[in-house]
Amino acid sequence: MFLRRHPHLLVFLSLLALFTLGVTLLSEAMGTGALTTSFTKILGQTLCLCLIAIAMDLVWGFAGILSLGHFAFFGLGGYMIGMWLMYERTRLIVEPSLLAQALPPTAQEVQDAIAAQIFGVVGASELPAIWTFAGSLPAQLALVVLVPGLLALVFGWLAFRSRVTGVYLSILTQAMTLALALYLFQNESGLRGNNGLSGLQNIPHASNVSQAWISLWFVWGSALALAIGYVLATWIVSGKFGSVIRGIRDDEARVRFLGYPVETYKLFVFTLSAVMAGIAGALYYPQAGIINPAELAPVASIYLAVWVAIGGRGRLWGAVLGAASVSLVSNWFSGGGAPDVTILGYTIAWVSWWQVMLGLGFVLVTIFAPKGLSGLVDLMLVRRDPSRGDAAVGRDDGSLRDAEEAR
Amino acid sequence: MRHLRRFLAVLTLAVLPLAALAQDEGIEAVLEAQGDLIEESSRRTIEPAISALTESGIPLAREVLRRWQERELYRRMSDGVFFFAEEAGDDTLALTAIATGENAGEAPEDDFTEIRPNAGIRAMIQSALAGFRLQDEDITLRRRAVEAIARSPEPEHLAMLRNVMPTEPDPVLQARMERLERLLTVQFAATDAERVEAIESFGADTAREVRAALTPIVAARRMASVEGPAEGDNVARTLTPGSTDLSAEEAYALLVSRGLAPERIDRAARRDALVANIVDGRVGGVPVAALDTQNARDDAYAALAAEGVVPATALELEIEEIVDAHVFYELYTDPAAEVTAAARDAIDRIAFSLEAQQYIDLGLDALSLASIYFLAAIGLAITFGVMGVINMAHGEFIMLGAFTGWLVQTIVPNYTISLIVALPLAFAVAFGAGVALERLVIRHLYHRPLETLLATFGISIALQQLVKNVFGTQAKPLTPPDWLAGSLVVNDIIGISYLRIGIFGMALVFLGLLLFVLNRTRLGLEVRAVTQNPRMAASMGINPGRINMLTFGLGSGIAGIAGVAIGMFAQVTSEIGQNYIVQSFMTVVIGGVGNIWGTLAGASLIGVLQKGIEDFNPSNTLAAQTYMILFVILFIQFRPKGIVAPKGRAAGN
Amino acid sequence: MTIRPAPLAAAVLATLGAPAFAQEQSCPVKVGILHSLSGTMAISETTLKDTMEMLIEQRNEEGGLLGCEIEGVVVDPASDWPTFAARARDLMTQDQVDVIFGAWTSASRKAVLPVLEELNGLMFYPVQYEGEESSRNVFYTGASPNQQAIPAADYMLNELGVERFALLGTDYVYPRTTNRILEAYLRDQGIADEDIFVNYTPFGHSDWSTIVSDVVAMGSTGQQVGVISTINGDANVGFYTELAAQNIDAFELPVIAFSVGEEELSGLDTEPLVGHLAAWNYFQSADSDLNDEWVANWKARMGGDAVTNDPMEAHYIGFNMWVQAVEEADTTDVDAVRDAMYGQTVPNLTGGTAEMLPNHHLTKPVLIGEITADGQFDILEQTEEVPGDAWTDYLPDSAVLTSDWPGLECGMYNTETETCVQIQSNY
Repeated sequence: MFLRRHPHLLVFLSLLALFTLGVTLLSEAMGTGALTTSFTKILGQTLCLCLIAIAMDLVWGFAGILSLGHFAFFGLGGYMIGMWLMYERTRLIVEPSLLAQALPPTAQEVQDAIAAQIFGVVGASELPAIWTFAGSLPAQLALVVLVPGLLALVFGWLAFRSRVTGVYLSILTQAMTLALALYLFQNESGLRGNNGLSGLQNIPHASNVSQAWISLWFVWGSALALAIGYVLATWIVSGKFGSVIRGIRDDEARVRFLGYPVETYKLFVFTLSAVMAGIAGALYYPQAGIINPAELAPVASIYLAVWVAIGGRGRLWGAVLGAASVSLVSNWFSGGGAPDVTILGYTIAWVSWWQVMLGLGFVLVTIFAPKGLSGLVDLMLVRRDPSRGDAAVGRDDGSLRDAEEAR
Repeated sequence: MRHLRRFLAVLTLAVLPLAALAQDEGIEAVLEAQGDLIEESSRRTIEPAISALTESGIPLAREVLRRWQERELYRRMSDGVFFFAEEAGDDTLALTAIATGENAGEAPEDDFTEIRPNAGIRAMIQSALAGFRLQDEDITLRRRAVEAIARSPEPEHLAMLRNVMPTEPDPVLQARMERLERLLTVQFAATDAERVEAIESFGADTAREVRAALTPIVAARRMASVEGPAEGDNVARTLTPGSTDLSAEEAYALLVSRGLAPERIDRAARRDALVANIVDGRVGGVPVAALDTQNARDDAYAALAAEGVVPATALELEIEEIVDAHVFYELYTDPAAEVTAAARDAIDRIAFSLEAQQYIDLGLDALSLASIYFLAAIGLAITFGVMGVINMAHGEFIMLGAFTGWLVQTIVPNYTISLIVALPLAFAVAFGAGVALERLVIRHLYHRPLETLLATFGISIALQQLVKNVFGTQAKPLTPPDWLAGSLVVNDIIGISYLRIGIFGMALVFLGLLLFVLNRTRLGLEVRAVTQNPRMAASMGINPGRINMLTFGLGSGIAGIAGVAIGMFAQVTSEIGQNYIVQSFMTVVIGGVGNIWGTLAGASLIGVLQKGIEDFNPSNTLAAQTYMILFVILFIQFRPKGIVAPKGRAAGN
Repeated sequence: MTIRPAPLAAAVLATLGAPAFAQEQSCPVKVGILHSLSGTMAISETTLKDTMEMLIEQRNEEGGLLGCEIEGVVVDPASDWPTFAARARDLMTQDQVDVIFGAWTSASRKAVLPVLEELNGLMFYPVQYEGEESSRNVFYTGASPNQQAIPAADYMLNELGVERFALLGTDYVYPRTTNRILEAYLRDQGIADEDIFVNYTPFGHSDWSTIVSDVVAMGSTGQQVGVISTINGDANVGFYTELAAQNIDAFELPVIAFSVGEEELSGLDTEPLVGHLAAWNYFQSADSDLNDEWVANWKARMGGDAVTNDPMEAHYIGFNMWVQAVEEADTTDVDAVRDAMYGQTVPNLTGGTAEMLPNHHLTKPVLIGEITADGQFDILEQTEEVPGDAWTDYLPDSAVLTSDWPGLECGMYNTETETCVQIQSNY
């Protein structure tokens, strides 16, 4: 029933399954080696980026909140799982040597030894208070959800309550992620400052599993998370709840006058989206292997918005399409995959010119294709928007309006 | 520098005319004897060599010291003979024989060792030369000698100064000498009365050299004893254990370090004791395997202690008893009680004025930072504040301005002229870029403010990378002209560089200019009209397209000029704009959108706040930035419209 | 990134995590060059890529290695730490390189470490760093703290008579660890806590006025103040300019820097910096025939304005040492080469010889130089070769540790408990 109402769900899930199967069969772990381990990791990371793109589309495309700080949640998720990965791996290294001593180690001694290992490189040797739960996987997994969720809840409650909207909210979210990044850059934050957490690809208790397999595990995990995220998001934006948040996007005041608690709706969507971002981050960084505060820089979050815009916001599959295509193409160009082109004696090295192209591409898409890549799909499927005559779409005149006016 | 004293004492004699009797030929013998020390060039071992030269009483020794300090002393490798030499073209030296002063021909540089005195040795030579130079005919040398003494004062200098002071012809230098004499009196005079008088003569003078003379006098060391300070001890203060000045822990540690109390047996030592006493897998009756908690270990240790195998740990109660049995106090290192009292008084007098001046200096820094933020944000105050366009490429306009400034400087070598050329040119470049951006991109997106953000972000990353591709990633120097290079020094504490004053002035000029343009000119009127209601404005005969274009160009152009200022202050890189963009937006938002005064208020608040927080924790600059942003976020929650909230009809937008 | 089909056999080998390096000597010998050619670190690292290409070219003209040409495989990790790990993996699994020369920042080295240790690769790391590390798969040809920081502090204490220290650094791992070691060392030398001021600023910091005032104010006790600077990159300009603006010369407040070399000075107006100091293991102005030849070769290749610097010398030593070890082992197999590396000697460009120690560090002379107006250094002091120390003696936690790969097969050996703390490195 649910599936029939949302045909794209079936298409998406089967494509995702097909993709996962393909990657599995072609991966190094299966022995064909058509996909190298590092590329498998990139594909796995791309799936995580798709998940946070869905989260972004949920708040922006459906609820009209342009958050320019979603990578703060993504990064926090990564940090939370990274703490366990580092702590546990170090514990497994340190404990045997402590056990070899004459007296069995006390819990405090074990902790001190771990702290000396983790924080030795940044000039400290005590375990900061925020690492209290780092020894427990369930606790850190819970924190992956709780920390970004709580931050979003507090921030959202403050912002929505005082009716900060639109551009102001965007700037505020940007300030939030900048403040968090600057905070994490400090050694005093207890997360190894600029160095960040590293060696995350070495999963504790799996030291005899090759990275080829680990990368595959993460592709599966990320694909599963993406599938669940997609279904969940589809379910949320359908039905009455979906109508209300779309209403908030189009005209917040009207929805409020109709008696809906607008702030609560927004807060719910914002927090949920932050949690999704956190989970995406927790899956992403073990594949990237290292997380540092630079990941939380405001620029990363703006890129996210651009991916969603290029894919086509207001459609979940559009967000996925945008995130996947832009990040993979970027990776190809900036990784030196594209051959250099010589025009009129000047050699265009794509490594350095790609950013220029990308930037101009954003501009063109924003002006001429407000619906992004998903608009292309519409063209192929010969799908048109319903005509509304001259009626305005809403106060902020969402992206549909210009397209309608043009007709 | 105490070891200098001995030869300086002799030096005082040397400056007397008697010493001129010595023969100049002797200089080579002295140099030969000290040759290896001179060549080794280490401050730790050089002292005999310098004193040998000064004590020799040979007039030429001064010349040798001078040339040595100026690195014109060379030593021939083959026979170890010293020469004065100067570089004469590629790898050759023009030599001068030291004793005779005659030209000794040229020789390849490879045969010689250049004597390279390091800064420490140069300071010692200067100090040694100071005595000679105080009476030199050349006033610059005399000045230098006085400064050398001020830098590293020695007791012997006092007599020398007193000797030459009355006859110094230059009144300014004489005044300087008199002040220095009093400073030296504070430190080295023979009688306490003289010192006290000199201390009191400084009143509440906060100069660094005064504090540098006073602080060592009140240096104190911590003492502890059962009977308390002895008769005649110059006691600074008594300390109560457990107070903030001396915690009980510190008090006990002090006793331990003085050998007045037994050392506490810490955990590591107790663990080692346990390990040493493992018998058949048990310690004190407890199985080793059970010793994995601290409590179990403590019990085992107590058991061992009960057996008398290990010393018992000191209990808290005992520690308290031992501490209580002692008196803790601080003793001045200087035994003269009147002097230390006078110095303490003087320091207390200085303290208030010192603190006030430090806050003034901090205030100046804050003001300067505020004006930089204001300059960076003022263009945005127009494009974002007045027009409501979110221009993420604003930072790149700043960068364009900075690069224009740098480019002009590479063409025009005179920094003053290049600056005069660069400022309007930077405006023109950024104005042009702004107009192009408005016409090509933003014009299409006036209905969709959030999408302007994305499109201009695209422009921003494209521009950044473009500049990187064209000019490279290396930071470019944009050097301010000489008249902006120094700083306005009020005294040792308060000072601000001319560049910062210049930026502050520029910020004021732009504030005035913009207020004038927006409130007093036709353009300003039209801008305000278009902003409030474009359709109505259009029907009144205003061309909204043209006004939008001009306004946007104006805002961008100002960003370009700000770029030149910021480029001189920092470095010109393609990322220069990125460092300011978020702060600029916050400045505008916190100040109140649509109001130039608001931007001023926002910039001031952010500047003062950041410097204020920095003052709390000077060793962590990042923390100040973090908490400043946090504050801004919170501030916006409680005052969403900013400090200067728009009123009336504009508030509805 | 692209999908490149790799030979089946190689892929299987890599899958097993076995040494992905050619067992039989196959031509050409491949040398991976892992230096950022784009992004923020490109300024510094591009020079090292050019250095490696020059060294490889020179070697090929002399007849290559083991009868093969040497081929340099250049990749661009784009100043992004995760990309360093990915590119290193590519180099070892796809390109099958025999050795890697690369990395600059500690963060990038730490990102590459797990990959190197997983695939048993071999990397030469050419930059001065904070120590506290000794990986089985890395040879550290740059200075460890006892080869740069400690002698520099000694110089300040003894030669300049500094009694109060300001340790100013950019906020990242190298200054953090170095300053921690320095603090401990200075305390051992009798400097009181209140006479040490530590400050960290972000990358590219420009607002130096307050910090410089704070440091100058330290002189109000009448003691000589000195600055030990681990300030990185662009931020140095603002710092030295502010010193000059406040009329403070090198006499009054000497600054000794660990991250300011010829390359960094070449883009600056050096006027305000004259007289300040730097501590390195190599300066372009070093007086030796080997160095004259090296500088001449470099200028011939890169143009007359090009300068040489310390990390370049480190690559020079590292590459020559590796070539010697390969010839001695008669194979490029990582384990055999590693065994042959120990005890290899190569003449330094500044005179004396560099020897590879069992802890994977080199012996190096320490040079203190004064900055001159032409952007070069005037060498004031040059020590005998100092053996590099993987674990510092000045921190109690590290003092008990030692690294001895051939003897103890351990990079982190606790001499008190006589156990190997760990074989793999901390990341």
